[in-house]
Amino acid sequence: MTKPILELKDIVTLVNKGTSNETEILKKLNLTINEGDFITIVGSNGAGKSTLFNVIGGNLPVDDGHILLHGNDITHQTEEERTKFLSRVFQDPKLGTAPRMTVAENMLLAQKRGEKRHLIPRKLKQQMTDFTRIAGIMHNGLEDRMNTATGNLSGGQRQALSFLMATLKRPDIILLDEHTAALDPRTSQNLLNATNERITEDGLTALMITHHLEDALIYGNRLIVLGDGQIKADFKGEEKQQLTAEKLYEYFEA
Amino acid sequence: MSLVVSAIGQGLLWAILGLGLFLTFRILNIADMTVEGTFPMGAAVAVTAIVHGYSPLTATIFACLAGMAAGLVTGLLYTKGKIDILLAGILVMTAAYSVNLRIMGKSNTSLLGHSTLLKAKFLAAMPNYFDTVFLGMLVIAIITIILVFFLQTDLGQAFIATGDNEKMAKSLGIHTDNMKIMGLMVSNGMVGICGALVSQSNGYADINMGIGTIVIALASIIIGEVAFGELTLNQRLLAVTMGSIIYRLILMAVLQLGFSANDLNLLSSLVLAICMMLPQFRHALHLDRIFTKGVKAHD
Repeated sequence: MTKPILELKDIVTLVNKGTSNETEILKKLNLTINEGDFITIVGSNGAGKSTLFNVIGGNLPVDDGHILLHGNDITHQTEEERTKFLSRVFQDPKLGTAPRMTVAENMLLAQKRGEKRHLIPRKLKQQMTDFTRIAGIMHNGLEDRMNTATGNLSGGQRQALSFLMATLKRPDIILLDEHTAALDPRTSQNLLNATNERITEDGLTALMITHHLEDALIYGNRLIVLGDGQIKADFKGEEKQQLTAEKLYEYFEA
Repeated sequence: MSLVVSAIGQGLLWAILGLGLFLTFRILNIADMTVEGTFPMGAAVAVTAIVHGYSPLTATIFACLAGMAAGLVTGLLYTKGKIDILLAGILVMTAAYSVNLRIMGKSNTSLLGHSTLLKAKFLAAMPNYFDTVFLGMLVIAIITIILVFFLQTDLGQAFIATGDNEKMAKSLGIHTDNMKIMGLMVSNGMVGICGALVSQSNGYADINMGIGTIVIALASIIIGEVAFGELTLNQRLLAVTMGSIIYRLILMAVLQLGFSANDLNLLSSLVLAICMMLPQFRHALHLDRIFTKGVKAHD
């Protein structure tokens, strides 16, 4: 159960490299993510939460340190290569789906995440029943809009679709970057519940950034507080269950 | 009557240019100026090859390859060189001028006395102007069928996704740089073919024949969109061809009013500008009810 999937070792990232404004964002950050972990991540603005995700996702090169996947060094793998094991859901509903393509077409794209695309017919019709059934999981009417361009969906439906797309082909790790933050409270809650259901039932390994301390406490088996480019606290299992919002809040005052 | 047939024939030939630009302008969402250089390049290559004894078909294929090569350069400058696409296109377009002069060795080459695709037996037997119409229809049909097939493949869908949402495409492992380079190559290859066919139809290649081509290509795309409203992707491909024909008919009508051929570029730009502004005025002038009965306006 506690087999490490991804290990970050002494990760350093810099901005404004080579200028007088050079600043360290991540400062020798160490983190080991185990199989089946559902980690919620909190931290004040500028703590390095998004940078951490970009480092794991490969769209930000590290300036020092190593990233290991199942023990293999992937520090220099490109963003595209990492999509073979990794999927992401962004905060902005516009970023997760192709607006002029239909719901079904988007799902088809996601189903081949990380694979080479060949000059062969896409075979969408044969998968329609499957896709419609999967879309039904989200309970928000997505299954009735399979042939609608995603640009015409509501923000909630788009985010639900983004999440489905991220899990359609089972990822080793899924990164959720405040994926419900742009939604109204009710829609946000529904998507969080659906997210939790899918992750725990399928035993996915997930990292979720959130600004809601309550959500960070409710969901997941592990909670990380990021601050000043390092991990300030790492609560697991029992320890996390006993954690309260008041206690967690103290980390933000310093 | 022959004027109308001639306009339709020209519209069909030039539609290849519109379809080529459609791939980059509408699907990849980038404005590729390279076409102003690859169009005369296709003409220069084809005419020079024919004059040197190659068959018109081989010459047209050479023109396509030359266009693809230019598209590759633009694509590399844009994706690997991180040069803005507008500037990358202008650079290649400008460089192509010199290359085209090198290819032809002079600024104008005539095909007088040489064979062309239009002199193929089955075309030569047709009445005046119908040969161009037939050749245009044939080429457009082949290209449209290939494009429709391509866009419905896994690769084609990845290509569309790249233009639609690059960040998402990347996060799904699509190599977006490769998609852009491929799009620019295919697009400019088609433009090269168009240049080759137009030069064979005209009977010569001229170094300056590329001026204004991007406006003509945009006009085909936009007139098609304005005239037919909201369509599926496959229908939009057909709308480009229709747009190209309508554009030629408009030009013919304007020339009939007494303008000279020297005014063509001015008129082209005017027609395009009017078409591009039309959606804004639609509501105010109640044009919806006049033009597109039953077709929902884009909201």
